[in-house]
Formats: sequence, C-alpha cells, structure tokens
Amino acid sequence: MQLIQRKQSTFLTSLVSVLLGMLVGAVMMLVAGYDPIQAYAALLSSAFLMPYDIGETIRTISPLILTGLAVGLAYRTGLFNIGVEGQFIIGQLAATIIALKLDLPPVIHAVVAVIAGAIGGALWAFLPGLLKATRGVHEVIVTIMMNFIALYLSNVLVRNWLSAGADSTEKIPSSASLRWDSLSSLFGGARIHMGIFIALASALFMYYLLWRTTSGFELRAVGFNPDASEYAGMSVKRSLILSMMISGSFAGLAGASELLGTSGYLAIQGAHTGIGFDGIAVALLGANTPGGILLAASLFGILTYGGSNMQFVEGVPFEVVRVVFAAIILFVAANIVRWGTQKFRKKAVKEHA
Amino acid sequence: MLDVLTNILQTTVLYATPLILAAIGGLFSERSGVVNIGLEGLMTIGAFTGAVVTLATHNPWIGLLAAIVAGILFALPHAVASITFKADQVVSGVAINFLALGVSVYLVKSLYDGAAQTPTVKETLTRLPIPGLDQIPVIGPALFNAFPTTYLAILVVIITYFLLYRTPFGMRLRAVGEHPRAAETMGVNVFRMRYIAVLISGALAGAGGAGLSIAIGSEFNQTTVAGQGFISLAALIFGKWNPFGVLGAATFFGFAVGLALIGQIFGLTTYIPSEVLNMLPYILTILALAGFVGRAEGPAAVGKPYETGGR
Repeated sequence: MQLIQRKQSTFLTSLVSVLLGMLVGAVMMLVAGYDPIQAYAALLSSAFLMPYDIGETIRTISPLILTGLAVGLAYRTGLFNIGVEGQFIIGQLAATIIALKLDLPPVIHAVVAVIAGAIGGALWAFLPGLLKATRGVHEVIVTIMMNFIALYLSNVLVRNWLSAGADSTEKIPSSASLRWDSLSSLFGGARIHMGIFIALASALFMYYLLWRTTSGFELRAVGFNPDASEYAGMSVKRSLILSMMISGSFAGLAGASELLGTSGYLAIQGAHTGIGFDGIAVALLGANTPGGILLAASLFGILTYGGSNMQFVEGVPFEVVRVVFAAIILFVAANIVRWGTQKFRKKAVKEHA
Repeated sequence: MLDVLTNILQTTVLYATPLILAAIGGLFSERSGVVNIGLEGLMTIGAFTGAVVTLATHNPWIGLLAAIVAGILFALPHAVASITFKADQVVSGVAINFLALGVSVYLVKSLYDGAAQTPTVKETLTRLPIPGLDQIPVIGPALFNAFPTTYLAILVVIITYFLLYRTPFGMRLRAVGEHPRAAETMGVNVFRMRYIAVLISGALAGAGGAGLSIAIGSEFNQTTVAGQGFISLAALIFGKWNPFGVLGAATFFGFAVGLALIGQIFGLTTYIPSEVLNMLPYILTILALAGFVGRAEGPAAVGKPYETGGR
C-alpha cells in the first residue's frame, strides 16, 4: 500500500513539475511578447506533423534515453554521474577512431565501432569510480573535470590525428554507419537510425540487471545503505566501480550511436553538446527507473525537436525550451508536491488535535 | 624577453580576475555547507546582465552593479531549493546552470532580433593605472595598470580572509559548514547563515561574469563563460577552500588559460597543443583531490541539507 502511494506521489511530482515548468516557459514567452499558446501548439504539431518529423523526434529521443539511463543507473548506487557528457564525447571519439582507422566488412564494422564507444565510455568513468571507491573522492567534482579533459582530448586528436589539421574529420565509411535506408524511408527520409534500438535494448538491460540479478541487487543495496551492504558481505568498492563503468558505457553508446547514426563525422567543439547534461534532467524526471526514463526522454525529445521548429514557425527562440528543462529539474529536485502535502498534513493534524 | 614576461604576467592577471571573484563566491557558499555547482550559471547571468545593462545605460559601472544584483537573484532559487526545500544541492546547481544559459541566450535573441550575441559594448571598463606603481618594470604594467575588476578581486580576497578568520560572522559561517548542529546549539541561525552565504556567492560570481563581458571582452554570447565557472570551482578545491589558496590557484589557472591563448604568439603551441594547456587546471584538480598534490578536503557538512530538530 505504502509502495503504491509512493509510486503515485513520484508520478504526481513529475507531472506537476512538468506543468509548472511549461508555465515558467509560458511566462518567459509573455515577457518577450510571444503568444505561449500558439507557440506550444506549433511545438507539438511540428513534432508529429509528418512521418519525417516523427522520425526526427525519435532520433532526438534516442540519445536522451541512453544518457538518462547512464545518470539513472549510477544514481541507483548512490553516485551522481555528472560526467555523462565527457563519457559521451569519449564514446564518439572511440567510435570515430574505429570507423576511420579500421577496414572491416559492413555490419561488423558498425558493431565493433558501437562496442568501442561503450568501452570508451566505461573506461572514462572508471577513474572517478576508482577514486570514489579507494580514496573517497567525490565523483561529482572528478567527473566535471573529466568532462573538460574529454572535450580537449577529442579536439586535439581531431586536429592532429584524425584529420590533417582540419576542424572536422572526413565522413565515416558506410560500412560503419548505423543508418538503415528502409527505416529512414519509412519516415520520409528522416535521419532516424539504429540508435533507438540500442537505447531500448539498454533500457531492458538496466531493468534486468538491477531487478533480476544478484550484482544488480548489490548495486541498489549499496545505493540504499553502503554500511549495511558492507556488513552483509557485499563489496561496496566493487559495486561503486561497476556502477560507474556500466553508467559510462550507456553514455558511450549514446555518443557512438549519435556519431555513427546522426552526424557521421567528428568535429572540433568549442563547448559541450549538452546531451549529457540533458540526461540528468531525464533521469531525475523519470525517477531513475527504466520506464520512467523512457517517458521522460520522450517528453524532452519532443520538446527539443518541436522547440527547434517552433523557432522557425513562431519566431520564439529555442532557448525557452532550455528554460523549461531547468525549471522542471528545480521543481522535481525541490519535490514541490511532497512539500505541499506535508504542509497540508501538518495542518490537518494540528486541527484534529 | 622582458616584454614577453610582461605580456604573460598581464594575460595571467587578466584571465585570473573573473576566476578569483567566482571562486571566492563559491568559497562562501561551500564554507557554509552548500555545494555550488551553479557558479557557471551565475557567471553566465552576470556576463549577460553586465553587457546588456552597459549597452542600455552606456555606463559599465552600472553594468557591473546590475550583474551583481542579477547574480544574487539567480542564486536565490538555488538557496530556496537546497536550503528550504532540502533538494539535492548538486541537482539544484545543475538546474541553475541550465536556467542561466537558457534565460540569457533567450533574452539576447528576443532583445536583438534573433542575434546570437549582443552588439559590441563600446563603453567597457578600462584599465586604471595607479600612478607611480605602474612604472615598475614587468609587474607594474600587469598589476598596477589593471582593470578595476582586478583591484576588486584582490580587495575581496583580503576582506574575505579577515571576515572568515577574524570576525564572529566568519566563525559562525565556518561552524555552520563544519557542524551545523553544534552551531545551532550555540544560537546560530543555520538557515540564515546559509542563505547569506549562497547570495554572496551569487554576487561575486555575477561580478566575475561581468568581468568577462565588459572588461576582458566586449559582448555576450553563448560561449562567453564556456566553463570558467567550472574552472573557478576547480580553483576553489585546488586552493583548499582558503581565500589566499584560492587566489593562488585561480592565478595559476588564469596563467594556464592565458598561455593557451597567447601561446601562439611565442610559438609555444607548436610544441604543446593549446588543448593540452587548457586541460591542465582540470588534471591538476583531480590530482589534488586524489591526494597526489596535497590533500584537498572540503568543509565537513558540505552538501548535506540541514533539518532542525533532528539528530
């Protein structure tokens, strides 16, 4: 009974936070003199207008699912992986290296490149996990620092190794691509690619791992109470490192599939892509469960793709969508619903007495 | 050779200034027990406000003041969420970063017909020579012919040191960050102290951000801050949460940022890619945290929401 109540209140928190977040966005639009109702209508309709738009929306959702899973899985073990952004970059980098430097037959080439991305992300997450487990260093600071190291590492390698001093690499060979023409033509030529299946499979994997295996039980137990887990004979250190590495591999998969499916080349970047940070919002809104993350990623994906079209249709700057995301995070984090009901309960108890 | 030295020193001071201001801001917040990942966002909103208000009023001093006020306003949601609502402080800080970048770029596009950056600010803060001292060779032009924000930053470091270690306010602030329960038993209002500290961090990070858009640079766009808030956070840790330590760390990181930018002039970047210089602050911070470059340990109660009446 209590469990059901808690689940309901989590869902209610998310729902109320989304509505309040959209309200904040509406106020922002009013302030700048736009019509929020027209803008939101344009946003929603352009996310689903044509098969092409649906395909593009799904493409936008895919990496958000993976980065959301990355943040969510680590959170289950009590770790806050802000480094998803960096692990995403390393995933892109590893996939690019395999795609450009190895000559393999089709399909196998793509599979190897995707796996390389996952391994790259996992390795990039290993150090913060290790430092947390052995030296008690807070993973938040280490992963933030590693995000920047990843960015500069990727840039220096693109300039000096993967291209001849240019700002971006050449396009990857089609043998390593995740595009699938039949799928793309089904959605009017949209850039939708195999990444969505990788994302859905990863969500299933997270569910199976956490709720159907002993290792997964240990990961959750450590997140719940590390001292009790240690006392019960589990290796907390092993769980912390394992959790970070699986989390990093999800992020690496996101990077690899974005590169092999969407962009097709790696460019020098002046700043972070933000997809990794979006994962934080997705995981938080999805209450760190695979199902919740799928829903939250869909919502953010629709807002992101629809929002970029809204800019063309209604002239409302896309950044209003970023403001909506930020507001949603704040409302979920502050757990506005619980706070409201607590006040109400306290009042009721007082009046009763 | 002397010219090169002067040039390096000048650039170091230039790029260290915003880092010092923001990092000292972070020091107040974290010393009171509130993690502030949001420094990046607070600098962003400061840079945005500084540029826009200066463009409107043609007075960079009003721009700087407005940036400080904007920093305080944007630190407020972080304070409310993490102190009153006991939200996860890291999550709340991340939200502030999102919010600040979203709001400022959105408003730039709305204000300037969809442009991605503000027009060029003509009336920026200008270098203020201190007569006599600026004639000292090498250090004169760097230290005593600096932007007003540099003098402000150095003043802030000195004031912070005295405030923290020589006044009852500072003692309470540190107590709240180390052992809030004990502090409350002695009659200190933990919530109030933390609110004040987080708002001070907003003010200083806002000023640091303005330094980027109306002193070093002369416009605001999406990449004006680009990670300098996170470098400030690194400087705070590398400087071990101590005002003069932070000054040293921020100066060193300013040197790294500056060297990456001016390295080309001396042909340095043909030997060391500028990206490697850019990485340096982050690598050093990880080493410091891991205990290879002196142990960096934060205030004991940092990151933990405080509940009255608990144990």
